[in-house]
Amino acid sequence: MNSGIRRVGALMIVLFLALVAQLTYLQVGRSTSLANDPRNARRFLRDISRDRGPIITADGVIVALSVPSNDEFKHQRVYPPDTARLFSHIVGYQSIQFGSSGVEAAYSSDLAGRTFTLQAGSLADVFATKQPVGTVVLTLSKVIQQAAANALGFRAGAVIVLDVQTGGVIAAYSTPTYDPNPLVSHDQKKALAARELLLASPGNPLLPRSWAELYPPGSTFKTVTASIAQQNNVDVDKQFPVVDHLILPQTNGVPLYNFGKEKCGGSMLDGFIVSCNTTFAQIGFDLGETFATGIQNFGVQTAPPLLSGSGFDPPIVASTGPQPGTFALNQPKFMQAAIGQNEVAVTPLEMALVAEAVASGGTIVQPHVVDCVLDPNDRVVKRVGTHVYKNAIDAKTADTMRSFMLAVVNDPRGTGTAAQIPGVQVAGKTGTAENVPGQNPHAWFIAFAPADHPRWAVAVLVEHGGKNGPDAEATGGRVAAPIAKQMIETLLATPTPASRCDSSPPSTSSNGR
Amino acid sequence: MTLPLVARTRRRAELSLGLIVVAVTVGGYVLVALANGPQLPPDLYALLAWVFGLYLVAHLAVRRLAPAADGTLLPLAAMLNGIGFVVIARLGDASRQYHAQARVQSLWVAIGIGVFVVTLALVRDVRVFQRYRYITLILGLGFLLLPLAPVIGRSVGGGRLWVAFGSLSFEPSEIAKVLLVAFFAAYLVDKRELLTQGRVRIGRWFLPSLRDLGPLFLAWGVSLIVLAYENDVGTSLLFFGVFAAMLYMSTRRAVYVVGTIVLLIVGAYLAYKAFGHVRVRVTNWIDPWKDPHDKGLQPIQGWYALGSGGIGGTGLGLGSPWLVPDAATDFIFAAIGEELGLVGSIGVVAAFLLLVGSAYRVAIDATRPFAKLFAAGIATIIGLQSFLILGGVTRLIPLTGITLPFVSYGGSSLVANFALLAIMLRISDDTARNPAVHGRVAGEAAA
Repeated sequence: MNSGIRRVGALMIVLFLALVAQLTYLQVGRSTSLANDPRNARRFLRDISRDRGPIITADGVIVALSVPSNDEFKHQRVYPPDTARLFSHIVGYQSIQFGSSGVEAAYSSDLAGRTFTLQAGSLADVFATKQPVGTVVLTLSKVIQQAAANALGFRAGAVIVLDVQTGGVIAAYSTPTYDPNPLVSHDQKKALAARELLLASPGNPLLPRSWAELYPPGSTFKTVTASIAQQNNVDVDKQFPVVDHLILPQTNGVPLYNFGKEKCGGSMLDGFIVSCNTTFAQIGFDLGETFATGIQNFGVQTAPPLLSGSGFDPPIVASTGPQPGTFALNQPKFMQAAIGQNEVAVTPLEMALVAEAVASGGTIVQPHVVDCVLDPNDRVVKRVGTHVYKNAIDAKTADTMRSFMLAVVNDPRGTGTAAQIPGVQVAGKTGTAENVPGQNPHAWFIAFAPADHPRWAVAVLVEHGGKNGPDAEATGGRVAAPIAKQMIETLLATPTPASRCDSSPPSTSSNGR
Repeated sequence: MTLPLVARTRRRAELSLGLIVVAVTVGGYVLVALANGPQLPPDLYALLAWVFGLYLVAHLAVRRLAPAADGTLLPLAAMLNGIGFVVIARLGDASRQYHAQARVQSLWVAIGIGVFVVTLALVRDVRVFQRYRYITLILGLGFLLLPLAPVIGRSVGGGRLWVAFGSLSFEPSEIAKVLLVAFFAAYLVDKRELLTQGRVRIGRWFLPSLRDLGPLFLAWGVSLIVLAYENDVGTSLLFFGVFAAMLYMSTRRAVYVVGTIVLLIVGAYLAYKAFGHVRVRVTNWIDPWKDPHDKGLQPIQGWYALGSGGIGGTGLGLGSPWLVPDAATDFIFAAIGEELGLVGSIGVVAAFLLLVGSAYRVAIDATRPFAKLFAAGIATIIGLQSFLILGGVTRLIPLTGITLPFVSYGGSSLVANFALLAIMLRISDDTARNPAVHGRVAGEAAA
């Protein structure tokens, strides 16, 4: 019997040696890749189980904070209920199971107090008992963000408000949105169920539509087309024929109609005021290759290079348009692109940047959602600041475009009259963008105000908010323009909060020495 | 009472190795507390007294009841048990989910030691199992199939392997394990001659008769019943494997090896086709990342834990082993690998190999055929069970939910394994004290 026992014993040794080999493979060979796998929650646990700074709005509302918890994680991240759904796309979440997103991801090191300046600051404060966690101050305002939510209501879409001077995002709200609190629950099953519910919900609530989804911009893109034309010295007074359609070249007679098959034409301004498709399709054709290169000056075809610390997460998606060098073979595409259809697809943020370009006299500054990081003593340790992104157009073009956009709102023929505000000059452009055949078109409005001394650039998108049919022309103006009007009214009525980021920058001399 | 020389050396080794076990267990417990802050655990001295006391009780019981038994088995089992306790206490420290478990486990260890002492005291001669082999068989099968009984049977996590009386529940298959290995040994020693020689001649070929293969088929059938009705792949595989190994060890016939492999393949194929839970285990083994948040969660988290541990581990109390579902029971090895690293995980594997090796040594040294086969069966069942779960956790083989002997949280498993340990020591003691039976001196490496 003994030899049988020995053989089974030897087999046992072989099995256990295989275990040793597998363990060596896992704990030596695969150790780094397994430990750093983004799905391995341990990576985040170090941050999760320590104190983490709050995220606050420009008007001082706390939208994310950590509270002590009586479990293994020691701290629970909380998004206060009245702002949770309002700021979820901006702030994101810091979840044990799903990693982090939003400012929580982009500013994780600062919030956890792992950056050098925060650590160095705390070395000086020898008697400080607090962890040197950072406070992240957003450029967004709770009041304005709430106004966007109220104006949009249950409709799917997005509302962006930019500070024309700084590029700071004052509001970026999109629906559907979500409550991040269940996702950061320490109860793994609850968090998982919440995530699956979100993934299964229609409209993808987790997606920040404002900068991570592309839409045809429709007639709002005529702002870009008109700008490129003027920038390339096209005669503004040139008269276009008054027609209800034109025939696309290279197509054997496919027509391009005006909305509602209305007849329009005249000067570029006339075409802009009533949003005449035939006029701008012709301009697009006349521009040809110049159009494809011109749109790049507005940031189309190039994702805004993320200024370190702009705070957008997921990153801004690149808006697209016709490629340079393709005009000769694709003339109809260029003509449709000139009226914001076909190959043109943009983020709502991109359209806000277009409005900003006109408002600011031609310059687009880097958009950002984070203003600064404060240390526990409220000293500014990091300031995002203002950085030029594109010089889209020159001052002369910007001036003409400002008068064009003012006319859209102020001229009785204009499509954007719904955005008029007594006592304040509003400049704007409507858009009604066809998308999937059979679906209602998207309703758009871009604007800036006050027109004589611009402070805010606004973009409004209501998904499928338009109507097909004879009154289609007016829908961007009827559905989206009133939202922009409400936003500007709220902005005018709300005093600018004193920014906590304007306090003195950190200096070693302020440590009582 | 003066002990013979061999007994004195063995008991001295057992006691001094035991001191190391106590130091490692209590030291680990202190490290877990220190990971949380600069305070020693408030119950440090209570734990020290408890661990040292329990070991001393077991040691004195062996000294009195089996003085000449092997001196490494008890310290090895105690070391594994101690490491398991530290990890369970560490998980309890981290999360309410496991909070009460360390306390409960310390009670179960005491009960396990109690059963160990009682087994040593009552089973003065292992041949009692041989004499009452059919009672043993009926009890063993009864325990094995008990979870199927109405009213008291309970399903936990998909497998129906529990019985409950009020709030008290246990896994009867663990008890069945002791009894069935005893019966296998008795039966195989009985029929050994028959099973070794029986063959049918067909032309030039000698083939085993159906009667020879009968027992193998029977064990296979019972295993499949366990698989089909209790959804318990681990227990099913364990019993079949142990029986096949014991059959081979008693007869050394290659035909049983071939038969085992064929039946394993056929059984695995049938099970794969018939049972969804078996298919899940296989697909999960091949690629758990296909369903990372649900079915694949446990194996993936097990890998993350082991990989994050690396060579040196995160240190006790400094990792995140609670992320792994069932970290205190089936997946306790992942928690060990995360916080103690490759050093710790290979240490545990080595401890098992030494324990199993010592057990095979006891079997080889044993002089009476029944005791020999019983000891070899116990060595195999401990070795196979630990391999099945360690291989499952590391994804070397498909995962079968089964406890890690002496290490995992859980009362029935501890009690059963301490009973097996007591029987090993009884056999070892018996061999050492009756060297004259076959004219050999115990401890000699005679084949």
